Amino acid sequence: MSSENGKRLLETDAGGLNFEATELTLGLPGEPRVTSDGGAKLGSKRGFSETVDLKLGDNNQEVKLGHSLQEAAKSPVSKTQVVGWPPVRGFARRGKKSCKYVKVAVDGAPYLRKVDLEIYNSYQQLLTSLEDMFSCFTIRNYLNEKKIDQVNGIEYMPTYEDKDGDWMLVGDVPWQLMKSSEAVGLGLKTAPKYSSTN
Amino acid sequence: MQKEMAYSFPDEVLKHVFSFIQSDKDRNAVSLVCKSWYEIERWCRRKVFIGNCYAVSPRMVIRRFPEVRSIELKGKPHFADFNLVPDGWGGYVLQWIAEMAGAYPWLGEIRLKRMVVTDESLELIAKSFKNFKVLVLFSCEGFSTDGLAAIAASCKNLRELDLRESEVDDLSGHWLAQFPETCTSLVSLNISCLGSDEVSFSALERLVDRCPNLRSLQLNRAVTLDKIANILRRAPQLVDFGTGNYAAELQPDVFSNLAGAFSSCKELKSLSGFWDVVPAYLPALYSICPRLTSLNLSYATIQSPDLIKLVSHCPRLQRLLVLDYVEDSGLEELASSCKDLQELRVFPSDPFGVEPNVSLTEQGLVAVSLGCPKLQSVLYFCRRMSNAALVTIAQNCPNLTRFRLCIIEPKTPDYLTLDPLDAGFGAIVEHCKDLRRLSLSGLLTDHVFEYIGTYGKKLEMLSVAFAGDSDLGLHHVLSGCESLRKLEIRDCPFGDKALLANAAKLETMRSLWMSSCAMSFGACKLLGQKMPKLNVEVIDETEPPDSRPESYPVDKLYIYRSVAGPRFDMPPFLWSMDEAVKILH
Repeated sequence: MSSENGKRLLETDAGGLNFEATELTLGLPGEPRVTSDGGAKLGSKRGFSETVDLKLGDNNQEVKLGHSLQEAAKSPVSKTQVVGWPPVRGFARRGKKSCKYVKVAVDGAPYLRKVDLEIYNSYQQLLTSLEDMFSCFTIRNYLNEKKIDQVNGIEYMPTYEDKDGDWMLVGDVPWQLMKSSEAVGLGLKTAPKYSSTN
Repeated sequence: MQKEMAYSFPDEVLKHVFSFIQSDKDRNAVSLVCKSWYEIERWCRRKVFIGNCYAVSPRMVIRRFPEVRSIELKGKPHFADFNLVPDGWGGYVLQWIAEMAGAYPWLGEIRLKRMVVTDESLELIAKSFKNFKVLVLFSCEGFSTDGLAAIAASCKNLRELDLRESEVDDLSGHWLAQFPETCTSLVSLNISCLGSDEVSFSALERLVDRCPNLRSLQLNRAVTLDKIANILRRAPQLVDFGTGNYAAELQPDVFSNLAGAFSSCKELKSLSGFWDVVPAYLPALYSICPRLTSLNLSYATIQSPDLIKLVSHCPRLQRLLVLDYVEDSGLEELASSCKDLQELRVFPSDPFGVEPNVSLTEQGLVAVSLGCPKLQSVLYFCRRMSNAALVTIAQNCPNLTRFRLCIIEPKTPDYLTLDPLDAGFGAIVEHCKDLRRLSLSGLLTDHVFEYIGTYGKKLEMLSVAFAGDSDLGLHHVLSGCESLRKLEIRDCPFGDKALLANAAKLETMRSLWMSSCAMSFGACKLLGQKMPKLNVEVIDETEPPDSRPESYPVDKLYIYRSVAGPRFDMPPFLWSMDEAVKILH
């Protein structure tokens, strides 16, 4: 299953597993979460700093997330949530026909993420959330051509796979249309023509 | 001679006596008295309940009970409701229908919960059972309106069709028109889960017209407010009604028509639906409010003042489902108006928001516990709680049988003292001696499990998330809770020790679910090896568990007792730890 927030947080170090290397943050493993304004940016549940701070059985091992997640910042419009929590049955279905979960892949990243398109009301919200999830990469903001921020100089273009299997640029069709029928999987493809800017 | 007669009744007499014994538990007890009672009982058992469809095979059920008329089956584990069980996990009903089609020609009732039901299954039901009367599909999926059309067309004496909370593929609304003109037997119809295109309203009206025994009708969201009056006037005998959309521009004639239609329903006791409520139309209900015993407003996005007004008209209310827009003030009103209240469920309007959007706290629940002495069943979502409040609730409501508390943020401590909530939940299990179901939340250490193991002797179902410190917690529960049947755990630091030490306990339970805990693959294999009457199943969607070290924890684990052996229909992400099954994925 694509990695879900928080699920691996309770591993012990049995078997010599380097916990820090495998712990999940909301960015990709190994990448520090720093944004252009240098501050902590949190697109996630603040409760996870508490969740992770467990004493795991015999080992008494305290695990702390990267410092940026310790700060409780208000999330933007929607936050990426733990699967199945809170346990609201059918909440996503109250008033809606279906949960529109799509897999998000980023070129070069070893993990897929899953997002529920139903919780976003516009492209802007989706892109903001994706930006949090894959914060080490720049996501080219197709809506207003603004470059969001840069880490390693490579810009990524948000694309999605429509029901015909073609890769389309996010923003080509109105939000509701993409959400309801088109999007099968989202991707962030490297844009070769924009390889190193700034 | 006299002695023999005293000790043996003719079979017919015993059969007649047994026919008064309806509960499964009692029937099971009867069948254990002696061999001849076992034989007589099994031939006259008409109703079978199977809490886990993988615990037994259709063939085994048919072999033991050859004359069944009513069957109930449950499939996926409860946590499937929260997307924790991957798609394709299982719970297919087709095999059951296929075998019963041959063995039970007189089968009249099928009730399914969390199962995958295909159109093929529905078509098979429609053509196999001539006396089919009741179909309940609770939280099921996998079928479309085509399957429903087959049921409607073929089942001449259908009494009940209840699709509550199921996911139906909408293909066309014309399935309703498939009920023949001769079908006048409907007593209960619940189509509240259907989407816009799935119901032809005129067909529905005609159906309601010709079914004088219709007692329970739940419409879907697509039915607009102006249509309610038409339906109610055709069915003034309704006892249980679910509106569709409860929104329209306020127009005096629509309002008075609606109010008149409601007031003509002298038997109406239970209401639900209420999507998109326009508060101005709520007073149309006032004439029936005094009789209402059950009100489901869990889709009604109305604010506290309107809720207060409505609830204050319902003194006989026994059951209320509502969103947290009711707020503490609304619950205080409920506590003073509704002294017969037995069940309260408060759902979150904004479960994923970081900050509270409404003023609903532990105070509301405390008020209800104080004002409603008959309170038995609670499901409450909130953002803060204290031990003091929980102790008060426990002392006020010693008759609680179900207590499910969800503090939205995991690991939230007592907001007054910052302590864990161990003492509060401890008071609940200590005072509520008949507690059968409990869901925990908030900051909890192993201590809470010690209380639960000590006092929770009647506890049958326990749900745990983000709680505990060590295996000791799990051990307390498994060793102490004598009546435990279902245990579901997520994101807790419970590992191998407690589970292996209490392996035998698992055979006395229906099932155990553990996800994101610390059970190692090696221990799962050991458990599977040592306990042949348990199915130990590991779920992992990323990679096979044996591609990693044995000490590596498993992602998800589902253990259940079974006499059917390992499953035949395992999906690729599910591994059985049964010795007899070679891993072939």
